[in-house]
Amino acid sequence: MTGAAVYSVVQRDLLYAVIGTGVISLILSILFLFLQAPDVALTEAAIGVALTTIIFIITIRNTVRYEEDSNRHSKPASK
Amino acid sequence: MEFKLFDLSIVEYAFFVTSVLIILIGLYAALVKKTLIKIVIGLSILDAGINLLLISIGYLKAGTAPIFSPALVKNMPLTLENIKKLSEGMVDPVPQALVLTAIVIGFGVTAVALSLVIRLYRHHHTLNIDEIKNLKW
Repeated sequence: MTGAAVYSVVQRDLLYAVIGTGVISLILSILFLFLQAPDVALTEAAIGVALTTIIFIITIRNTVRYEEDSNRHSKPASK
Repeated sequence: MEFKLFDLSIVEYAFFVTSVLIILIGLYAALVKKTLIKIVIGLSILDAGINLLLISIGYLKAGTAPIFSPALVKNMPLTLENIKKLSEGMVDPVPQALVLTAIVIGFGVTAVALSLVIRLYRHHHTLNIDEIKNLKW
């Protein structure tokens, strides 16, 4: 789960990062099932895996898919 | 598995450490990243970590789910003493109700943030927060 979190933070392709957050929610709902919280696990599986991923994908479709290079603006302006 | 500190088992420590790590990763992404969608992804990860922390605080070792199912109460009249005896072996239901609410609220917060991201992209044609400088619309 921590690995999926690190993956979705460092991934530059935003679509793969969103799929990483879906994997986080899936593992989280399985952990809720082990922690004796079946109602929370059902809600997390429905909302976290399905709905959150869908609205992130709608946002990526309306904007850009790739993250910009973050150190492009860190250099001082030369003009 | 006899590692005891503050009267907690090693499984509960594993859950605490994992949830704190995920909270820190989400906080890093929300504070450091420059792309707006990455910031919203960081807030979502932070939300998941906090939910896991709350549920694992309410966990009781070898407890059952806090549901009075018919298999649990079979041929036992529901008097007050029987209910007390049955609910001693259950995990705490209060953090579960709280987290159930927090999941839905987190989804609403994510939806509002992403709609703001779409509006900002239509106005500025970029998602980089270094290039969105004006506060006027």
